[in-house]
Amino acid sequence: MDTDATITDSGRTPTTADDAHGEPPAHAEPAQRHKEPTDRQYIFIALFLAVLTAIEIAATEVGPDGPLLIVSLLVLMAVKFLFVILFFMHLRFDSRLFSLVFYIGLGFAIGLYGVVLATFHFFVS
Amino acid sequence: MSDATITETDDAVEIPHGYDDGSDHIGLPHHTSTGLSNTKLAMWLFLGSECLLFGGLISTYMLYRNRQADQLGPDQLWDIPFTSATSFVLLMSSLTMVMSVSAAKRKDEQRTKLWLTVTALLGGLFLAGQVYEFTVFYREGLGYTTSLFSSSFYTLTGFHGVHVAVGIIMLLSLVAMLARGKLVGDKHETVEMIGLYWHFVDVVWIVIFTLVYLIPA
Repeated sequence: MDTDATITDSGRTPTTADDAHGEPPAHAEPAQRHKEPTDRQYIFIALFLAVLTAIEIAATEVGPDGPLLIVSLLVLMAVKFLFVILFFMHLRFDSRLFSLVFYIGLGFAIGLYGVVLATFHFFVS
Repeated sequence: MSDATITETDDAVEIPHGYDDGSDHIGLPHHTSTGLSNTKLAMWLFLGSECLLFGGLISTYMLYRNRQADQLGPDQLWDIPFTSATSFVLLMSSLTMVMSVSAAKRKDEQRTKLWLTVTALLGGLFLAGQVYEFTVFYREGLGYTTSLFSSSFYTLTGFHGVHVAVGIIMLLSLVAMLARGKLVGDKHETVEMIGLYWHFVDVVWIVIFTLVYLIPA
């Protein structure tokens, strides 16, 4: 074999962290946790998101009123949000470290601005 | 530590599942302390920080949405069918973007350029819709300083529009660089990074569309 690269048992080339500790870092898992979708599956996901958007719009026109409508819209929004970040942005298939840094930012934003809105009595009807 | 100098012709090395990132160095993890791409990690950190930016703008709008003047509020202004159509366009641009990333992974440069161009066009269509919407609102008397509602609305949607515009510039620049063969390094990763940014712009619009346009004030 015309190479001097050393491949570890797990198939990774050694990193500086390996040198320091002898073992790969815990978060240095394989880049893909699951098999990525095919182009056809991406189209189905996009169609699903389009249907959810249509349901959202229909709900505002003919759906329930009041808190039930708001909760329904928030749930649909969350589902669309998750589908885009998990499948189109590949968070489901990539390293958990990427998920961690994004969810930390997202969690901070939701927590911080939730407190801000509560401070201004936004949630009090 | 030895340098990894495995060539693509070195088929004796079994590529572990999960490391085929479609790059010019197929099968090799990134030579970093984490074994992951620093560029990708930086992009996710950036996107995490963008959540805080848009969170601030969205919550400011939510606080001020009822501070209107001259009865010019969301109920009088919103054209839901029109905004729904532009939202659909942006949603579909996410599909074309992911198709582009998929083509880049297969090293299909023609389709990569094609899907990138379609994504830029869809982004441009969305932006044109936003400019039209702003123009209509302005003609109806909703200026930037008309009320706290108008200021927070234009700031939020304007910031998002700027993000879309930056995304379009990046997409077209990438197409031009691919066409001229001036893109050096890992092409798939470059397309993927711009894709992450573009999908994030789409994700932010999913939130804005629901919270600003659909949930009644």
